[in-house]
Amino acid sequence: MLSFIARRLGLLIPTFFGVTLLTFALIRLIPGDPVEVMMGERRVDPEMHAQAMERLGLNKPLYQQYFDYIGQLASGNLGESLRSRESVWREFLTLFPATVELALAALLFAGTLGVIAGVVAALKRGSLFDHGVMGISLTGYSMPIFWWGLLLIMFFSVGLGWTPVSGRIDLLYDIPPVTGFMLIDTLLSDEPGAFGNALRHLILPAIVLGTIPLAVIARMTRSAMLEVLREDYIRTARAKGLSQARVVFVHGLRNALIPVLTVFGLQIGSLLAGAVLTETIFSWPGIGKWLIESIGARDYPVVQNGILLIACLVILVNFTVDILYGLANPRIRHQK
Amino acid sequence: MSPLCKALLTAGLLTSASFAHASNLVYCSEGSPGGFDPGQYTTGTDFDAASETIFNRLAEFERGGTKAQPALATSWDVSEDGLTYTFHLREGVKFHTTDYFKPTRDFNADDVLFTYQRMLDRNHPFRQAYPSEFPYFTDMGLDKNIAKVEKTDDMTVVFTLNAVDAAFVQNLAMNFAAIHSAEYADQLLKAGKAAEINQKPVGTGPFVFSRYQKDAVIRFKGNTQYWAPEQVKIDNLIFSINTDASVRAQKLRAGECHVTLNPRPADLQSLQADKNLNVPTEPGYNLGYIAYNVTRAPFDKREVRQALDMAVNKTAIIDAVYQGAGQLAVNGMPPTQWSYDESIKDAAYDPEKAKELLKAAGVKEGTEITLWAMPVQRPYNPNARLMAEMLQNDWAKIGIKARIVSYEWGEYIKRAHAGEHDAMLIGWTGDNGDPDNWLGTLYGCASVDGNNFSKWCDAEYDKLVVAAKRVTEQEQRSELYRQAQAVLKREVPITPIAHSTVYQPMRSSVKGFEISPFGRNSFSGVSNN
Repeated sequence: MLSFIARRLGLLIPTFFGVTLLTFALIRLIPGDPVEVMMGERRVDPEMHAQAMERLGLNKPLYQQYFDYIGQLASGNLGESLRSRESVWREFLTLFPATVELALAALLFAGTLGVIAGVVAALKRGSLFDHGVMGISLTGYSMPIFWWGLLLIMFFSVGLGWTPVSGRIDLLYDIPPVTGFMLIDTLLSDEPGAFGNALRHLILPAIVLGTIPLAVIARMTRSAMLEVLREDYIRTARAKGLSQARVVFVHGLRNALIPVLTVFGLQIGSLLAGAVLTETIFSWPGIGKWLIESIGARDYPVVQNGILLIACLVILVNFTVDILYGLANPRIRHQK
Repeated sequence: MSPLCKALLTAGLLTSASFAHASNLVYCSEGSPGGFDPGQYTTGTDFDAASETIFNRLAEFERGGTKAQPALATSWDVSEDGLTYTFHLREGVKFHTTDYFKPTRDFNADDVLFTYQRMLDRNHPFRQAYPSEFPYFTDMGLDKNIAKVEKTDDMTVVFTLNAVDAAFVQNLAMNFAAIHSAEYADQLLKAGKAAEINQKPVGTGPFVFSRYQKDAVIRFKGNTQYWAPEQVKIDNLIFSINTDASVRAQKLRAGECHVTLNPRPADLQSLQADKNLNVPTEPGYNLGYIAYNVTRAPFDKREVRQALDMAVNKTAIIDAVYQGAGQLAVNGMPPTQWSYDESIKDAAYDPEKAKELLKAAGVKEGTEITLWAMPVQRPYNPNARLMAEMLQNDWAKIGIKARIVSYEWGEYIKRAHAGEHDAMLIGWTGDNGDPDNWLGTLYGCASVDGNNFSKWCDAEYDKLVVAAKRVTEQEQRSELYRQAQAVLKREVPITPIAHSTVYQPMRSSVKGFEISPFGRNSFSGVSNN
């Protein structure tokens, strides 16, 4: 097991450098410099332009900028945003909880509903329900997030008035940020009704963000479950006269969930990618929205370090999932 | 019962809190401001969030107009030679008291000196401690034209200029010229926290900064000590930040905000149909136009520019691109600008005559040119790509093949400054209500490397606009500008297309909101009941 962990850890270092090089190159491959973007159609005084570029450290040759960047990273400094002059790390920390809150809600929604739908579909294989689940999940998987989000807003928020259009909470509640998790902060703030209000704000974005993972998890659970149900030990369990519930949930589901667990891990990446769109639609103040705005403003430090932080997170989650998977399934960790 | 339990219990029961006594206004804004020091920024998003709310300037534009009127200065005198401006300051103006600053004195000349010297002097101690640029100030040429700023007593400040600038007071009324507290700056400098001037602002304006959460919300309290108390009719002003225009429109309809901005043409109809909303409109103080690069053949010939100009079907463009929300443009500036010449007429749409002109100029059929289209939506042009396609079609009819070119916005501007285009779509939104901001800034010889995207430098024209800037008498200036407009029309360095119409959606409970020609959103004097 230790050598397995070591092998995985060894992979992390080149991956990390690959990511730094990629983010550094990507943002610079897009043309346009931050001073020009800031000024719009207005003239940029060449002298002022030169000064700004110098202050931002953008007048040096590219390789020099890259080494400076790596040097900064090595000293644990993520730089400061060109636009707000606030430290990138601080901005990340204040915005990250909003994304985590949204992603967790989406995962909870996708996980529970997906596993239930998958199990039932597998048990009633070939039934109308099964076809329904498969059809809907295919639709959900191919749904453009942007359109889906606006559709739900039109229907539930504007049409029926059940859910708010956007944001994390009705802004008339003045909730001081403590943990950054709105649901927790509302409970700490002692403002009556704020928790319920925040919860209602969470519903639509969580559904929109959870739609694709829901489809994936439902399909994955169904096929894993079908596979497991064919196994000998299930037949044995049935033959022993165990109850259907016990066979399905204790013997079947527990084993079927192992591959589903990996899918969960892989979904973290697509959740964060989906968060960029979902947060934009619902004005959800998280890192997705932060990145989108920073790309528009050519805010180099935010884009490269923001993406780097997210990449590290995804790598770390996948690493953890790998380890957990290795623990759950001995066959994996002995593979070369 | 612990607060946690109580909150849990009440959470399900109450869906919205009651705010019976305070007057609140939620404004759905379009983006996060970069910071709260207006001098460092150039965009409306930054100005609305800080300059209009927290700060005042020496002079300010009247709400809904372009005239500069007294604000922190109650009056000003201009010397005979037009080079010295003496500002008399307002007595008894208090800076904001916040949890990070308690003022010990009222506003005075030192605050004006601090504000301007910081922008003028690269070696100013505050600028050493917190390196920053003041792009708008530099762009307006104020760093070069202001020779010195001095105080004669606590309530009098004298500006000395290097050259006469008829629009000087208008320039000082612009958003970037927000007056900071010298006392607060001192406090920050001593604490080694100079950069906080951009995050924890202190001003004299109608609203006091309370809290900012990036990408989510900015909170302000009504300033109870404001020097014009009748202007503050809101206790809590809240900016709710939403980048998507459709979402802003939905929030307004759902009553989650009271005022918003820049609706998409597609959302207008449903907003106007909603009985709970008001959507007043104003002709925009902007201009979308085609700039011909006169340094390149065949645009160096006037006949060619004339031909292209008269081949443009403007009415069709207004219908399709502006979806009716635009006004056909004739001159190089909007009709609401004083000195606009009503007597100038557009050349008639005449493809046949255009063909003849081209033939006479020796331009062969099938000549290829590039036509640049902006990649972004701007106030003066909601859809440059579509406009370019329509122009391509119009010009094809007279035998000119236009290839549409587009770059990322920053790159587009940079390459256009370098003159790489043949013809390009561009535009302008007025800054300060002065005709020079159009006729001088956009088409004058001094701007050939800057905003003059036609690279057009005409001696006759330039003499007129330079002379107009150097006199201070308005009637005299108007006459010179009218002559300049005639030259501009005759020489056709640009084809004016449209002035977009501004739509300002708000809940009908909002009273006193005036549409600013400059596109600013100001909440002083606004109430919401």
